[in-house]
Amino acid sequence: MKKIFFLTFILIISQLASQQTPASLTEESILFIGATAHIGNGNIIENSAIGIRNGKITEVSTKNLAEGTYDQTVDISDKHIYPGFIAVNTSLGLVEIDAVRASNDVDEIGDMLPHIRSIIAYNAESKIVESMRPNGVLVAQVTPRGGFISGKSSIVQLDAWNWEDAVIRYDDGIHLNWPNPYSRGRWWLGESPDLKVNKKYQENISKIEDFFQNAMARSVNNKSKNLPYYSLNEAIKKNKNIFLHANDEKQIVDGIVFLKNIGIKNIVLVGGRGLKSQLKMIKSNNIPVVLSHPHRLPTAEDEDLKLPYKLASLLINEGVLVTIDVQGSMERMNTRNLPFYAGSFSAYGVEKEKAVEMITLNAAKILGIDDMMGSLEEGKDATLFISQGDALDMMTNKISRAFVQGREISLESHQTELWRRYSEKYSK
Amino acid sequence: MRRNIFYLIIFVNQLILGQEYFPTNSGVKTEEDTYKAITNVTIHSNSNQITESNSILIHKGKIIQIGKNIPIPKNARIYNMESLHIYPSFIELHTDFGIKKPKRIQSSGRSAEYSPKRKGYYWNDHILSDYNSIKDYNYNKDMAAKMRKIGFGVVNSHRKNGIHRGTSVLIALNDFANDGERILSDNKAEHFSFSKSVTSSQSYPGSIMGSMALIRQLYHDANWYKQGENINKDISIESILDNIKLPKIFDAGDKLNVLRAGKISSEMGLNFIIKGSGNEYQNIDEIKALGNELIIPLNFPDPYDVSDPLLTKKIELSQMLYWNQAPSNPSLLEKSKIIFALTASDLKNQDNFLKNLRKAVKYGLSEKTALEALTIIPAKILKMENKIGVLKKGAYANFIVTSGSIFDDKTKIFENWVNGHAHVISDRKKIDIDGKYQISIGVENYDLEIKNSTSSIQVNVKLDSIKLNSKANYRDGWLHMTLFDKSQKNFARLSSKIDSEKFILSSGVDFDGENFDSVLKPVKSDSKENEKKNKVKKENIREVLKLRYPNNAYGFEKIPKPENVLYKNVTLWTNEKEGIIENTDLLVKNGKINLIGKDLNIENVKIIDGTGKHLTSGIIDEHSHIAASSINEGGQNSSAEVTIEDVIDPDDINIYRNLSGGVTTIQILHGSANPIGGRSAIIKLKWGSSIEEMLYPNSKPFIKFALGENVKQSNWGSFSRFPQTRMGVEQLYIDYFQRAREYGQRWTNYNNLDRKTKSRTPKPRYDIEMEILWEILQGKRYISCHSYVQSEINMLMKVAEKFDFRIRTFTHILEGYKVADKMKIHGVGGSTFSDWWAYKFEVNDAIPYNGAIMHNAGVTVAYNSDSAEMSRRLNQEAAKAIKYGGVSEEEAWKFVTLNPAKLLGIDDKVGSIKVGKIADLVLWSGHPMSIYSQVEKTMIEGAFYYEADLLPAKIKQIEDERKKLILQMLNEKNMGSNTTNFKQRRKTEFHCETIDY
Repeated sequence: MKKIFFLTFILIISQLASQQTPASLTEESILFIGATAHIGNGNIIENSAIGIRNGKITEVSTKNLAEGTYDQTVDISDKHIYPGFIAVNTSLGLVEIDAVRASNDVDEIGDMLPHIRSIIAYNAESKIVESMRPNGVLVAQVTPRGGFISGKSSIVQLDAWNWEDAVIRYDDGIHLNWPNPYSRGRWWLGESPDLKVNKKYQENISKIEDFFQNAMARSVNNKSKNLPYYSLNEAIKKNKNIFLHANDEKQIVDGIVFLKNIGIKNIVLVGGRGLKSQLKMIKSNNIPVVLSHPHRLPTAEDEDLKLPYKLASLLINEGVLVTIDVQGSMERMNTRNLPFYAGSFSAYGVEKEKAVEMITLNAAKILGIDDMMGSLEEGKDATLFISQGDALDMMTNKISRAFVQGREISLESHQTELWRRYSEKYSK
Repeated sequence: MRRNIFYLIIFVNQLILGQEYFPTNSGVKTEEDTYKAITNVTIHSNSNQITESNSILIHKGKIIQIGKNIPIPKNARIYNMESLHIYPSFIELHTDFGIKKPKRIQSSGRSAEYSPKRKGYYWNDHILSDYNSIKDYNYNKDMAAKMRKIGFGVVNSHRKNGIHRGTSVLIALNDFANDGERILSDNKAEHFSFSKSVTSSQSYPGSIMGSMALIRQLYHDANWYKQGENINKDISIESILDNIKLPKIFDAGDKLNVLRAGKISSEMGLNFIIKGSGNEYQNIDEIKALGNELIIPLNFPDPYDVSDPLLTKKIELSQMLYWNQAPSNPSLLEKSKIIFALTASDLKNQDNFLKNLRKAVKYGLSEKTALEALTIIPAKILKMENKIGVLKKGAYANFIVTSGSIFDDKTKIFENWVNGHAHVISDRKKIDIDGKYQISIGVENYDLEIKNSTSSIQVNVKLDSIKLNSKANYRDGWLHMTLFDKSQKNFARLSSKIDSEKFILSSGVDFDGENFDSVLKPVKSDSKENEKKNKVKKENIREVLKLRYPNNAYGFEKIPKPENVLYKNVTLWTNEKEGIIENTDLLVKNGKINLIGKDLNIENVKIIDGTGKHLTSGIIDEHSHIAASSINEGGQNSSAEVTIEDVIDPDDINIYRNLSGGVTTIQILHGSANPIGGRSAIIKLKWGSSIEEMLYPNSKPFIKFALGENVKQSNWGSFSRFPQTRMGVEQLYIDYFQRAREYGQRWTNYNNLDRKTKSRTPKPRYDIEMEILWEILQGKRYISCHSYVQSEINMLMKVAEKFDFRIRTFTHILEGYKVADKMKIHGVGGSTFSDWWAYKFEVNDAIPYNGAIMHNAGVTVAYNSDSAEMSRRLNQEAAKAIKYGGVSEEEAWKFVTLNPAKLLGIDDKVGSIKVGKIADLVLWSGHPMSIYSQVEKTMIEGAFYYEADLLPAKIKQIEDERKKLILQMLNEKNMGSNTTNFKQRRKTEFHCETIDY
């Protein structure tokens, strides 16, 4: 008796302390029929048939036209099926608890760190990461923060034993934080806290320019003596994305012009809160945008108080490729609200399926992984989920099943376990 | 220390009274007893009444006769001031003239300092009531000259340091005497501010509301000390009692701080004279209602440099409006019949004072009021109206001599007389030699043109209409010139003595180094040119833009008024037993819900078609930190004495932004820096209204408590304040409540005495903090407690039960789901976040199902924001209760409307839709919790405060006004005005943990 009690105790403890076990490949092939399929490319198929086999999507059609034979056919009429949502520019897995310094691995010291790689610090077992999945966020770009060049991001799927297991694409791009043209006084030294022109702005730009020019002047394989230069040079020569983090209008213009002038091909603008007057410039330079999410305050008192919600539709109408940036306060835990960011953009002018596209195919295109994910298309990975209703709306984003590369993942988490435990406590 | 001052006072008095008996060893003993008579002068009284050909007779620094045809003694020295004007000299009330600047002390160690450094004084180092500015006074001749130059004769000077800054000295700016004559008083006025002293790093108070509470408590303590019941000696309080009759001048600053100083003034009967900042016109009705006299700085902002359009975008409309409207501030104060004095104290460059004074007059201030504000009003404030600020028999002979009306741009001040001594500012006898002349040097005839000869002379020299370099200098009756020839290498010099416009022979050295004599021959200029010269460039008076309510972007031109409105065919979320009713009509009348029904036909009302739309009650945010100038008073572990009601900021743009998200009522909570925080304010978001109109009438008062990491100061470097553990937090509460219970008992006993005994018994000490805690014990005040983990939640319930009261609300309460059963039994509500977690260790077990579990266990659950951003979309947060835990739509909606109303004790008025309740309503474009829905109209008390369809016009108007103002600024820059570089005011977005500074 005592032994059983002990074992039960151990079981409960271990269950609470550890995270969800990553799923293995679903061996049986499945055909989901009857659902509204949100393809991810802006289109929708009512009464759809979506087949998955060996980790891939093998069929995308309507219920009546389904052809293949599957081990299982599951009727999910009245439900919705989506490609897994992709969160860009996250710091998932790099910090566990904000206020606990020991759990923080997001910002290395130094200004120019192109050699720093986020992937090796990515905590695949983070309790925060597992809480993404019940909302449909299944893939993320993990990005370091801080400095002018904060380092390299990598792309992961969110159901993995470890970072090697998680990775979809190593070192997909370099992140450049454009200097701030404005600064505030240090009030604790009695200086005025008002926003003023930053006298060091040009100096900081010169530092960045020097660093880029010096790095690019080297031959590609020259690793010796200067790891940072080598890393930046390699990324540029391999045409990796340079993610330009810039929000103020001046930053956006200066940053894009700078990168264009030194011959960078793949520029992605991240943030972009002040881009309203620069839509044409962004379009004509063919720059995709990872747009600051809409759950933020306007940047100025006089600004249109709905502008944060309207920017996506302005960009889409201009023909710019847009996805959503999740960076901001409490960004890791709030990354699970990515679908609702898309929904909010939709409330202010983005057509619903275009809003879905923003966080699926557009994100995949920008990250260069659209050959394997981002939409429900034959041949792509079976990374998808089933929702009771519209997944961009809180009321109906209720996910019953989710697959990552054909593995049916657990939708449980530390949080759902506590929910069940205490619901049970009170139901007795 | 006080003894030293005492001796100093005696010494000073001796100087004034006893010069006669001072021995002299530097010569024969003389006395300055000349009678001085100023004659034929035009006198402007302190109210600018003008009388011509007057005389003033002065003896020993005072006026002994004034008027027409007064007898002039034969032995008097005569100053004939024909065609000149005399004004009483100005009085500066608010300066630190001659006072040594206090030295900022650096705080030592990494923890804040909680104890005072001084003993035998008040418990707070920032109360420096015993300080007398004479301690650090030293007459400053340069500064005195600068002040006299802009018309001041007497200054009231104090050290700008501390909340109670001690007393001031009154100094006559008389260079010809010693301090014995100059110091008119060494203990003239008491000075106050909201800012801590730089000479102590004691951490309390750390906010404006803390400063306000401290001043109130100080005067309560002084009243109690008077009774002699004290055990301690308190030199600070004794000084306050000694100085109780002195004028009390409060350095407030911004208009909201003026209102705050006024509030303390009336509560404590202190009659503060309040120094503002120049933006009082924006809240003029409330400032008028205070009834306090004001001191207003004449520092009008320069236009912004708008040459860089990107930078210009960052300047806020409110900043530009202030630039545009500020010069009309004095005139608007005058129109409102507010009594005010003017001060030069805030001017960066004091030389601009007269220019700004004239500007104020151009923008509508009457000359009479302007003059009074510089003379008799400050004199009256100092209770010296018979001595200074006036020209009458017995007053000090303090006046300025000018060339004309002081309000005329061209007028010059010649002399500033202080205590009967003439201080020359510019030589009134200097002869105007402007004009054209010829002079021959060698064989050549040179043309000269002299300009501005009475101020800074300019000379243009031409030879055969080629301009040559030259330098000139004109003073003490001599004109000295240096002329260069065409080669620029050789120069000639000449000097001319000038007497009554006649040039007496010029003697000089010519280009070859030879001496020569010549005469400047005047050339008659034609009359046309003269006319041109006399045409003074008129200063451009800009169009002053209308005041908005508030004076920001999105401010109203007129504050919205209640309307009678019929909503037709809406889906109505009643939050009552009727549930959600489709296709129904609702009538709003006189600010209340008047009628609900189908197909209502009512005439003479505004009809709003609600087909396809949803009408709900307004959202109520139980936990907000917007619309406040400060949030935390963390200088002590208990701050029950402070209240957010003291620091409401009705101009915060977040009020309007909240309206756009359907929020109508918020509780502005104190932060979570200490276990016992401050009292909250519950306000209606009536954008544009006064603070008074926003505050909820008769709502049950609240106080914020807090538990956990913030009050333990776990996440920042402070290790010296008790408590540092949850164990300490419990004992702190028990200690405070125990003391509050005893405090209450003391007062109850006292109040129960019969009248006779009462009059013989000293009153117990009145303690604001204990009063508040006692209210809690009596059930007269509710607690909303910031909380996270189950242990501490349980603990506070037990402490409350021990003291026989109940906690009203646990706010945040992220582990409420672990003790929901206990909460239900205690009867406490939970106001939580929908899905926040992982930002600190104590929210590791926070789950988004918390709301649902507590709700299912029978606890009243609300979702709050604690964020200016999230509060605009609390409808979406409510929807998360449906997603996480499956709460029904109807119940989820109550999480942000009826339930917070219940927790705040205002559900009898708002929170649901029922006939008779207040019409705080929101019209949504669709289902109120759908992510695709938007707020179309937000109504408070029957008036529309937000209407989405009017937004484009509002935005257009902001753009238009910006354009207009930018153009005005460009114009003024082109007219030669100085400009100021771009800067944007810092605004803090407050959360629980925001510490003020």
